[in-house]
Amino acid sequence: MNNFAGDTLFFGVVISLIGYEIGALLKRKLKLALFNPLLISIIFVMVVLSVGRIDYDSYYEGAKYLSYLLTPATVCLAVPLYEQLELLKKHKSAIVAGIISGVIASVGSVLLFAVIFHLNHEEYVTLLPKSITTAIGMGVSEELGGIVTITVAVIIITGVLGNMIAEVVCRVFHIEEPVAKGLALGTSAHAIGTARAMEMGEVEGAMSSLAIAVAGLLTVAAATVFANFY
Amino acid sequence: MKYFRQFFLILAISFAGEILHMVLPLPVPASIYGLVLMLLALVTGIVKIEQVKDTAIFLIEIMPVMFIPAAVGLLDSWSVLRPTIVPVIVITVLTTIIVMVVTGRVTQNVIRKGREKEENE
Repeated sequence: MNNFAGDTLFFGVVISLIGYEIGALLKRKLKLALFNPLLISIIFVMVVLSVGRIDYDSYYEGAKYLSYLLTPATVCLAVPLYEQLELLKKHKSAIVAGIISGVIASVGSVLLFAVIFHLNHEEYVTLLPKSITTAIGMGVSEELGGIVTITVAVIIITGVLGNMIAEVVCRVFHIEEPVAKGLALGTSAHAIGTARAMEMGEVEGAMSSLAIAVAGLLTVAAATVFANFY
Repeated sequence: MKYFRQFFLILAISFAGEILHMVLPLPVPASIYGLVLMLLALVTGIVKIEQVKDTAIFLIEIMPVMFIPAAVGLLDSWSVLRPTIVPVIVITVLTTIIVMVVTGRVTQNVIRKGREKEENE
């Protein structure tokens, strides 16, 4: 199977899309938050690779074209943001307060759990940038002396988790304002959370896009300060 | 030519973001520079929203699948992750919920306080 998968350019893309379609179908039929299309597709591809004894590099040979589109897609997040610019101006104090509290909650809670779990300094700084977009988070982790591979893994797990639990968390904690939902998703779960916010609505999507950039950059500063605390 | 122009503009701005990332010594990725550049282009009117909108909607809609390859790549990080997997997972789950709730509730409270004030005036 490995040669076959490595030889074709579309295998990686197609199994990823099949996995996503299965996830979307399951979600529609069973209406359970656990059947998150992104999570299902990740598990589906992992199972196909293990069962078919296909190594990751052969899969990535085709699948890399999906990752390639990530930068242009992120650039496009400016479009919904531009369309909600009036709303952004109207709620600017709430937006600033929300994102700053979220960033402090992020580095503060990592500090708290580092103390509780007796992590060493290296593990602590590895986790500090966990809620921000991969490209910024990797840089922060490297700068502070963290283990970059683990930072990337934790950032992705955070994103997929945030994407999955957002609806339930918003319901349980009575977060009902679309602006608040969007910022909550973007600040806690970066671009992967934003993908979910886009499905919730235009306002949610725009606010989540804004939070990726603002929370990402604020975390660079906050993590650098907090790295000295433990 | 509609989609050609749109795709071209989006990729050109991504490229400009990449150049800024290479030239400026800040910890800002190309995609975030690109997002800011696109927003500036739209605000200043250099790019009209119709010139990018349809392709932007397409790319944003398919965005979730762009994360699949990186997430599947976690298979290869398993050996590095395994020794600390339990605290890492517990911390990841709890901090993600905490950040989501704090951000959402603070934003919502400020919005609703402002609205009350408006109503009382």
